[in-house]
Amino acid sequence: MPTYTLKINGKSHTVEADSDTPLLWILRDHIELLGTKYGCGIGQCGACTVHVNGNASRSCSLLVSQLQGMEITTIEGLSEEGDHPVQKAWIEHDVPQCGYCQSGQIMSAAVLLKNNPNPSDKDIDAAMNGNICRCGTYVRIKQAIKTASKL
Amino acid sequence: MTKVRTQYNRRSFIKISAAAGGGMLIGFSWLTGCTSDPKIEKVEIPNEWYEINGYIKIGDTGLVTIYSPNPEIGQNVRTSMPMIVAEELDVDWKNVVVEQAPLNTGFYQNQFAGGSLSIRLSWNALRMAGATGRRMLLEAAAKEWEISISDLIVAQGVIKEKNGERTITYGEIASKAVDIEVPEEIELKEISEFNLIGTSKKNVDGYKIVTGKPLYGLDFKRDGMQLAVIQHPPAFGMKVKNFNEEEIKGMDGIKDAFIIDTTIEDPDWNDEKGFLQLIAIVGDSTWQLMKAKRAINANWETVSELENSEMHLKKLEDAFASGTVGANRKDGDPDAAFDKASKIIERTYSSPFLPHNTMEPMNFFANVTDNSAELIGPTQMPEPTEKSVSKLLNIPLENITVNMTRMGGGFGRRLYVHYALEAAAISKKIGAPVKLIYTREDDMSQGTYRPAYQSRYKAGLDENNNLVAFSVRGTGLPEGSVFPNRFPAGTIDNYLAESIGVETNVTTGAWRAPRSHFTAGAEQSFLDEVAEAAGKDPIDFRLELFDRAINNPVGEKHDYEAERYAGVLKLVKEKSNWGETKQGVYRGVAAYFCHSSYVAEVVDIVLLNGQPKIKKVWCAVDCGIVVNKDAAENMIQGGVIDGIGHAMYSQLTFNNGAVNEMNFDRYQLIRHSQAPEDIEVFFVKNDIAPTGLGEPGLPPAVGALANALYQATGQRLTRQPFANHIKEKVLLG
Ligand code: FES
Ligand code: FES
Repeated sequence: MPTYTLKINGKSHTVEADSDTPLLWILRDHIELLGTKYGCGIGQCGACTVHVNGNASRSCSLLVSQLQGMEITTIEGLSEEGDHPVQKAWIEHDVPQCGYCQSGQIMSAAVLLKNNPNPSDKDIDAAMNGNICRCGTYVRIKQAIKTASKL
Repeated sequence: MTKVRTQYNRRSFIKISAAAGGGMLIGFSWLTGCTSDPKIEKVEIPNEWYEINGYIKIGDTGLVTIYSPNPEIGQNVRTSMPMIVAEELDVDWKNVVVEQAPLNTGFYQNQFAGGSLSIRLSWNALRMAGATGRRMLLEAAAKEWEISISDLIVAQGVIKEKNGERTITYGEIASKAVDIEVPEEIELKEISEFNLIGTSKKNVDGYKIVTGKPLYGLDFKRDGMQLAVIQHPPAFGMKVKNFNEEEIKGMDGIKDAFIIDTTIEDPDWNDEKGFLQLIAIVGDSTWQLMKAKRAINANWETVSELENSEMHLKKLEDAFASGTVGANRKDGDPDAAFDKASKIIERTYSSPFLPHNTMEPMNFFANVTDNSAELIGPTQMPEPTEKSVSKLLNIPLENITVNMTRMGGGFGRRLYVHYALEAAAISKKIGAPVKLIYTREDDMSQGTYRPAYQSRYKAGLDENNNLVAFSVRGTGLPEGSVFPNRFPAGTIDNYLAESIGVETNVTTGAWRAPRSHFTAGAEQSFLDEVAEAAGKDPIDFRLELFDRAINNPVGEKHDYEAERYAGVLKLVKEKSNWGETKQGVYRGVAAYFCHSSYVAEVVDIVLLNGQPKIKKVWCAVDCGIVVNKDAAENMIQGGVIDGIGHAMYSQLTFNNGAVNEMNFDRYQLIRHSQAPEDIEVFFVKNDIAPTGLGEPGLPPAVGALANALYQATGQRLTRQPFANHIKEKVLLG
C-alpha cells in the first residue's frame, strides 16, 4: 500500500492507505481524529467538512492521494482551547441538539466568516446550504453566525 | 404541598453511603417517585422500582456530581434532568457537574430513554432524590449545632442558622450526613419556590460537541476491534441466497465475509421483521469495506411481492372501499346528518413512507465470547437489546451488558434493536470485538420507515354554518392513520372516525410523533377549509368547538383537555397579532395535541420570485412546567423545522420493492435556505408536571404550513411532499 504524508492541524502525519481513500476515513480510521463526521459519503450533507488550504471542503470527497502538501484543518485544530469565535457563539446560542452535524456546520461557518466578516442572511444560506441538520437547528445556527461575526 | 415517599413496604428507593474521597453518595431509583397519595397503598410496586440506578455525589469540597445514566439523543435530558435534582437539593448550579456514568459499571442498565417520556417518567424520582439529600444535610447540620431543623435555612448549598451567625456548606457537612437516617417521607418544594427550574442552562456537553470530542457510537473504539459492514437485500420481498464470498474475501484489507442470520424466537415489536439474513464483511478499514460492499455480486431470491409506489396508492384506495375497520368511534347519526347538511366539504390527504435519516447512521460495537456479550452503541433500548441478543446467541441474560453512547439523532429510529443484533452475530462468527457501520445507503434503504398514510375527511354544515357532521376514514401501510378520540371528537353531534390498516412487506416503525405528524397536517388543513366554508375565522371556529367540548361534550370521553387546547390557540393568537394583515404576508394556523402536550402555531409566508419563503413561525406550547427554557425552545424550533421540512420536501418512493432514494442526492431533507427565518416560542405557565417536548412541536407545523400555502397560492395542498404539488402557475400568478 502506498504511503502519504499529510499536514493536519499543523502536524505532519504519514499514513499507509489505498490511493482512493477519502480524507474522511484517513482522519477517522488512521489518525483517530473523530470530530469529523460521516453522514453521506457523497458530498451532500456537510457532516465531514474540514478546511483544505483555508477552503471549506467535504472530506468524504477528497482522495488522500490529492492532498500532499496541503494545509488541512479539522474541528480539533480550529482553535487551541475551543475558543474560536464560531465555537464561542455556538455555545452562547446553545445550538446543538444531537450535535452530530455541528462540527461540519462550525467548519463551514468559520470559512464563511473569514471570507465575509459581515454576512447577510442570503450569504449565510449560500455558504451553509451544503450542511444538513436533521435536528433542525438552522435558526440558531444563523443567529450564532451573526453573533460570531461580532466577536 | 406535595410529599413523596422514599420507601414502600420497608424497601427504600434511596441508598446512602460515604463517597470515595469524602462526602456523601446518594443512590436512587431514577424512575421511581411515589407520592403519598393513599391510593398508592393498593398499587403493586414492581421490583425494578427499587433498583438504584441514579447517583448524586456531594463531595467534601462542595462539588456536586450528578451521574446521569440517561443517554442523549438531542433532547438535552443530560442537562434538564440534573437541573431537577439540583433544584430540590438547593445547590448552586455552578457547583454541579454532570457526568456520564462510566461505561461497564451497569449504571446504564435498565434505563428507558424513550423520547418525550424521559422527563415525564423521572420527574418525581429526581425531585425525591434531591429533596432527600437536602433534608439529610439539614438534619446533619441541626444535629451538629444541637438545634432544631426548623431553625435552619438553606440556599445555594449553604446552610445558615436563622437567628444566629453560624453557616456551614454542604461540602463541610456531607460526610456527617451519611449517618443520618433516611427520612421515610419527604416534602417537595412548592412550584412557586423554584429558582433553577424554568431558567435556561447551557447544554452540559456543549463544549465537547463544538470541539469535536468523540461522543457517539460511530466514534467508539476498542483496541483490537475490527470493523464490519453489512449488505441487506436490495428490495423488500427479497432474501439472500449466496454471494461471491471468495472473491470478496480476497480483496485488499478484507478479513472475512459471510452471511449472518438474526432470526430470533418470539420477536418483540422492536425486533427486525424484514431483513434478517444479511451479508457481512469484516476488515479493518472502513473505506476498504465500502469498496468490498460495492463488489458484492449476490443471488437474491424473491420471497414475497415486490411492491412499488403505484401499488401502495392502490392498496390504500382499495382499503378505503373495503378494508377492515380497526379503531373507530361513532357519535349520533353521521349518515343522516350528512344527508340533511346544506354544505358538504370533502378532501383526501396523503403522505409517503419516510426514513428517519438520523445524521449518525446506525452502528454498534459488540464483543461476544463463548458465554458473554458486551454491546456498546447508540440505542434507546438497552434492555430489549439484551433480551434479543440473549435469544440470538443463547447466552443467559445476566451475561449480557448493553451500554449506551450519545446518539446522533433518534426520532424513533433507535427504538429498534436489529443493528445491535447484527453486530453481535458478526462478533460471534469472527470471535473478536467488532464495530458494525451502516453506510447512508444501508441506513436509508433498511426500512423501519414512517408508515404511508391516506385519510379522507368529510364535513357537513347546516344552513347557519354550524358543523353538524364530521367523518374521517384513514388508512395506512401498515397501520391506520386515525386517532378516533382526539379532536374534533367530543365537539360534533354526528361524528365518525375509522382507522384501517393495510398490509405491506415494507417495514415501518415509530417516527417522531408517530401518526400525529400526518394526522395533524390533514385534520388541521381540513378544519381550515371547513372554517372558510362556514365563513368563520379559523381560530374562532376552533375555539367554538372547544367551547362545546368544555360545556357540553359529545360522547363519553375524548383524549384531550379542551381548556389547555384552547389555551395555546389563544396564546398564539395574541402573540402573533392574528387578524392583523400585512401586504404580501400569508398566514396559516394549526393546533395539535400529542404526547400529553398542546402546541399551536402560526406560519407566515411570503413569495420570493414566486417561491414560498417562510418568514416567521409563532409557537404557543403547553407542556406543563418547563425545566430548561432555552433548551425547550430549541426542541420546539427543531420540531417545527422538521415538520415543515418533511411535509414540504421529503419522500421515499419504491420500484420493484427497492427504494429509489438511497442518499441525500435524491432524497431531500430541508436545508438552511429553506428553513424559517425566525421561530418564536411561548410557553403557557402552569403547575402541571412536565410533559413531552421532543415530538409535539412537529405536527401542527404541517397544518399551519399547508394553511399558509393556501393563503399564498389559493391551492389546498393535500399530498406530501407539498413542494412536488405546488402548481408553479399559481405561484407566479
Ligand atoms: S459525509 Fe461528506 S458530505 Fe456527507
Ligand atoms: S444537531 Fe442533530 S443533526 Fe444537527
